[in-house]
Amino acid sequence: MNKTFEIQDYKDTRSGFGAGLQELGKSHPNVVALCADLTGSLKMNAFQDENPDRFFQVGIAEANMMGLAAGLTIGGKIPFTGTFANFSTGRVYDQIRQSIAYSNKNVKICASHAGLTLGEDGATHQILEDIGLMKMLPNMTVISPCDYNETKAATIAIADYEGPVYLRFGRPKVPNFTDPNKKFEIGKAEILNEGKDVTIIATGHMVWKAIEAGKELLEKGINPEIINVHTIKPFDEKTVIESVNKTKCVVTAEEHMMNGGLGDTVAQTLAKNHPSPLEMVAVNDTFGESGKGEELLAKYHIDTADIVAAVQRVIQRK
Amino acid sequence: MEVATTTEISSQIRRDIIRMVTDVQSGHPGGSLGCTDFFTVLFFEIMNIDPTNFTIDGIGEDLFFLSNGHISPVYYSTLAHKGYFDKSELATFRKINSRLQGHPSPAKGLPGIRVATGSLGQGLSVAIGAALAKKLNGDENIVYSLHGDGELQEGQVWEAAMYAAGNKVDNIIATVDYNHKQIDGDIDDVLPMGDLAQKWEAFGWQVLEMDGHDHAAIKNTLQKAKSMCGNGKPVVIIMTTIMGKGVDFMMHTHKWHGSAPSEEQAEQALSQLEETLGDY
Repeated sequence: MNKTFEIQDYKDTRSGFGAGLQELGKSHPNVVALCADLTGSLKMNAFQDENPDRFFQVGIAEANMMGLAAGLTIGGKIPFTGTFANFSTGRVYDQIRQSIAYSNKNVKICASHAGLTLGEDGATHQILEDIGLMKMLPNMTVISPCDYNETKAATIAIADYEGPVYLRFGRPKVPNFTDPNKKFEIGKAEILNEGKDVTIIATGHMVWKAIEAGKELLEKGINPEIINVHTIKPFDEKTVIESVNKTKCVVTAEEHMMNGGLGDTVAQTLAKNHPSPLEMVAVNDTFGESGKGEELLAKYHIDTADIVAAVQRVIQRK
Repeated sequence: MEVATTTEISSQIRRDIIRMVTDVQSGHPGGSLGCTDFFTVLFFEIMNIDPTNFTIDGIGEDLFFLSNGHISPVYYSTLAHKGYFDKSELATFRKINSRLQGHPSPAKGLPGIRVATGSLGQGLSVAIGAALAKKLNGDENIVYSLHGDGELQEGQVWEAAMYAAGNKVDNIIATVDYNHKQIDGDIDDVLPMGDLAQKWEAFGWQVLEMDGHDHAAIKNTLQKAKSMCGNGKPVVIIMTTIMGKGVDFMMHTHKWHGSAPSEEQAEQALSQLEETLGDY
């Protein structure tokens, strides 16, 4: 690791969304927000309080929320929908598919409590398939920022992008380490640490885990290149291929199912352009369960130690 | 030039429907024929629209959403005769590279279409969303929508109904095509829905009923519905129709919901429908 990363504070990415939405309330008069009875959980209260006319409480009716959002675009509004990731995707897949993606409506689907780190609520709420579901839809952009600052910046950036977006974030307080003044560039992977022995590609909460793994790896004499893929679709193939040209092997890390996730996208990219050994740190075809977020990451093998182990395996395969 | 009457327009639209579905041996003639009179009166006598300057946003004009997208033939023919696109394009219905998809979609840029429909139950939510946008924009025009009766079996419709009444969305007029039929048979055999008017009333809507084949009644009821807008409650019209209306052998059966007539049957159907505005 050539770079050090300073933890500014510990914050939940959903609060980054709330802060970004609050700024949009001031700067973008056409931004409207809808929520399906989870205003507090989604941190949408500030927007609601400051823009009551532009906030729509829809109740526990997510299908209707997606349709309302599609309709609000007709007339120039930029709707941000808010609910848990499970109810933002799987529950309303056909509504998103027909009324938003196929119709190419300018709706921003903002999804909190994604993945295992939702914790104690258990598998009913811990969706691990949402990235796959959303990236399969034509017209859909899929964004999964890594910390509070990046989630706030992404929230603001997608308002100025025309087209449907899925924005994924989470519940727990996690290290907030990215530059608060960094401009969020949709579709541009970011090399966090330049290395030479392996490329670690991570998204969401797993980016910090990758940095932690990087510190351990350096002590073992392995110098990793670490890439933050905050935009899973469109995928920044160029940055990844350039890195793999140098390192010759890859580990991916995500709080998502192996099938359909970031690792899948990377595998396609490598197979088409630069076949190379790949190890995926992701949930392997199983549902989660109740527990503390950190306990679950360890139990389901998507923790720092699992990234370190995957790197050691993949380097052997070079 | 003499302006065509709505009766003449309806007759031509019905001819178009038969010719379109026969040509590609697919599509949904039954509901299309049943809603022809409604489409004609709504588009030619009621709505404030600007067909030659179509925009998705539709600011400053009325909007229409077809939630039961499978009756696209009547929608396309109406749009063409109203001037959204040339009627010659009706010949491309359901064919490769056409803007006239089997179910309506804005994906190919067909003027008049603002959202994709076909997977049922989604149109009321979209129409209510568009009505909310009109309110935010200070646009006093009205949003119209049409729904199949069988479509009301989809739960999302009632989520939307509850939302609109609970939030005083009073610039929308939804119409239900009550022909009592769906693909598998009579509604009462597939899934009885009880008293539709009472259901909508219980959900907080103002309910009107009309005969969907009497042009004067359609016009009067739509005008009455407009006068009921702006008072804090949404409006729904339960419209009684006959699936297959206008073609004797297509009426009073669900058989023609989603199947096309043979060439011979089409000839028989067309002999019952006067060519008034010229076939495409």
